[in-house]
Amino acid sequence: MSSPPVYPTRWKPPSLISSPAARRGFVALAVLYLLWSFGTIEVDWSRVSRGLPRAADLFSRMFPPDFSRWELLVKGVGESVQMAFVASFFGMAVAVPIGLCAARNLAPRPIYLAARGIIVITRTLHEVIVAIIFVKVFGFGPLAGVLTLFVASLSFIAKMLAEDIENMPPGSLEAIRATGASFPKLLVYAITPQMLPRYLGVSIYRLDANLRHSTVVGIVGAGGIGQVLQASFNRYDYDFSLAILIAIVALVFIGEFFSAWIRGRLR
Amino acid sequence: MLTITDLFKRYPTGQRALNGVSLTVDLPQVVAIIGPSGAGKSTLLRCVNRLVEPTSGSVVLDGIDITKLSRRELRRARRRMGMIFQEYNLVERLTVMENLLSGRLGYVGFWRTYRRRYPPEDIRMAYELLDRVGLTGYEDTRADALSGGERQRVGIARALMQQPELLLVDEPTASLDPKTSRQIMRIIVELAQERGTPALLNIHDVVLAQSFADRVIGLRAGKVVFDGAPNGLDEKVLTEIYGEEDWSTTAARGEDEDEGGKPPRRRGDMESEAAVG
Amino acid sequence: MTVEEHARRYPEVWRRFSPRQTLVRYAWYAGIVFVALWSVRQLEIPWLYFLDAHVQAADLLVRMFPPDWAFIEQVLDPLIETIHIATLGTAFTFIIAFPIAFLSARNTTYNDLTWLIGRFILVTSRSVNTVVWGLVFVAIFGPGPVAGIWAITARSIGFMGKLIAEAIEEVDEGTIEAIEATGASRLQVLWIGVLPQVLPIIWGTSIYRWDINIRESTVLGFVGAGGIGIILYSSINLFAWSEVGIIIISIFVVVVFSEFVSAAVRQRIT
Repeated sequence: MSSPPVYPTRWKPPSLISSPAARRGFVALAVLYLLWSFGTIEVDWSRVSRGLPRAADLFSRMFPPDFSRWELLVKGVGESVQMAFVASFFGMAVAVPIGLCAARNLAPRPIYLAARGIIVITRTLHEVIVAIIFVKVFGFGPLAGVLTLFVASLSFIAKMLAEDIENMPPGSLEAIRATGASFPKLLVYAITPQMLPRYLGVSIYRLDANLRHSTVVGIVGAGGIGQVLQASFNRYDYDFSLAILIAIVALVFIGEFFSAWIRGRLR
Repeated sequence: MLTITDLFKRYPTGQRALNGVSLTVDLPQVVAIIGPSGAGKSTLLRCVNRLVEPTSGSVVLDGIDITKLSRRELRRARRRMGMIFQEYNLVERLTVMENLLSGRLGYVGFWRTYRRRYPPEDIRMAYELLDRVGLTGYEDTRADALSGGERQRVGIARALMQQPELLLVDEPTASLDPKTSRQIMRIIVELAQERGTPALLNIHDVVLAQSFADRVIGLRAGKVVFDGAPNGLDEKVLTEIYGEEDWSTTAARGEDEDEGGKPPRRRGDMESEAAVG
Repeated sequence: MTVEEHARRYPEVWRRFSPRQTLVRYAWYAGIVFVALWSVRQLEIPWLYFLDAHVQAADLLVRMFPPDWAFIEQVLDPLIETIHIATLGTAFTFIIAFPIAFLSARNTTYNDLTWLIGRFILVTSRSVNTVVWGLVFVAIFGPGPVAGIWAITARSIGFMGKLIAEAIEEVDEGTIEAIEATGASRLQVLWIGVLPQVLPIIWGTSIYRWDINIRESTVLGFVGAGGIGIILYSSINLFAWSEVGIIIISIFVVVVFSEFVSAAVRQRIT
């Protein structure tokens, strides 16, 4: 080495977006968006400003929670649980054929596309929208709720099942095919053993999710505890509302605990 | 420089890692600590900068008893001790330069850390060290894109960024292949000698310890059972440290067998090697 | 080897499960089916409705088509409002969930009390559905998008906070140790050691939650919390199915688009 090297004394971390102009543009865009969104949203500020005192009033009227009409509460919660259970049970059953059809490595292309289409359409619309349509078709009550949750479970479990089958290591499929097994035999011998634990796990998870969603579909009149909650809010019956909310949180808690316990045991 | 007296460490699990360790390092030398797994090597190093709190005993560095310091004083003391880890422990998602500069964290305020604005002399030192460990031009590379040997070079440079008065080196080569291990050991030893920094170095590999250390300390069940020059590691000593085993190929001068009689290389060789690696 | 010995060593019968195991398994199946059927009975489902369900459904579809394309002008503004509710709600969540996540992660919280507070906030937020939060905030702020934004925020805090807290707890301990060994302060350790490790997860969950929030905010209008739900609700109540058709199509387009954007961005980040 002839002369000692001169080392730089400045260093800046490389930025995610290398061009400074693009970076500033990005920030400007974000700011503009915020301004635009705040500008277009119609807000009744006087009403909002009364929000805090109203919130205080609301909470004071919520306390203490009123559990005196516990029969109504228990009936609503019971209905929610039954809705969730029925929907999960039938959803789980119907999801199997649809899930199989939606697996790219099993089904022929047209069937695959049709099954995927069903899954995408049913998944995209929010449960509450589906619920309100069912309420219009079948009238108020738990039937609409059950159907809603059924559709939601169906598409969720089918999607998971299809993805699991697609991600299955192809080796065991090939090995069983190589013995000359027909498709149903393949199903029983190669696919079922590998898919069963996951399928059961996803189904139990969905039962838990249905329990949570069963509390909301009632808000548009599809039965369960949600319907009771909506009615209590409409009557400004806030102390009963709080009792219902507490019951819902407890229900969700128990459901989550139960589902975690079962899924732990399945392993 | 560094005096450790009657150091005990008992973990909450009841495991006694250190059973009264006393040792003094008063020369700028590389001290290898060898011993079986669970002998307390890692605990000993971590008690020096109190990443692990010792149960009793004292660690005195240049007249300051580390074990008695408050949190704030401890941070000041820690920046005088550079540490190198087995698993490199870089911040994977930051660039090499940011990892190097993190060695200066004890010296700069939070605002500079936040803005990544370090003093110019720190930056110059970082570039110089990058050059020195053979990673010229890597400053903008993210740490997770580096190989094991390169990561350890960054780890070494980060520790030296602290301009430490003591190096704590914990199994620097345990995750590396034999060739890279020797390169890394050579870098550590040369840098320590160049700067006159004493180094406390945990190591599994007895042969590596013999070829690079100036002094070897043998630890067994949390106690010092050997302290002396590397050539004092005969079969009897190794049996005392590690237990019964056929040590005939390891004891005495292991260097000849491992390097095929080549003379140990010195500074200058390293740079050509680094450029290749 | 006698014939009996041979037969004992190489039996002709092999069962995966013992008869007892099989029995228990079928008992479980029977129990589940029984509970399902019992629940169906309890729900008092009017089966008669199913007789003409397919007629009803066909009728509905016929009335939805052709969609009333002229109606799209009235759909556009509420649709944009829906996206705004989701985006602003997610943005607020981003700001609020951040400190709460650090409180609820075992390795960054101050003490047991702060950890408990953090966990409590996350659990409460998560157990109540967005629509129910909507009911609460409409009662507080009155009908409109402000209630919607807060409903989205209130629900998302639990979701994002939980995921970020988990990410913080899984941070590489060795890196933290190394940064501490340089003599860095607590704040510096968080900023240099913890944050870079969790940042991609924070961005990823934010984008993911934004995509979920678009879907959630389409129904907030049912309880009066702004967005496209309001006109969807009124169109359904008026049985204006051709309008409902166009609204559902537009929701479909937006949701699919947001899902696409979210997936693309998340793929780029990681």
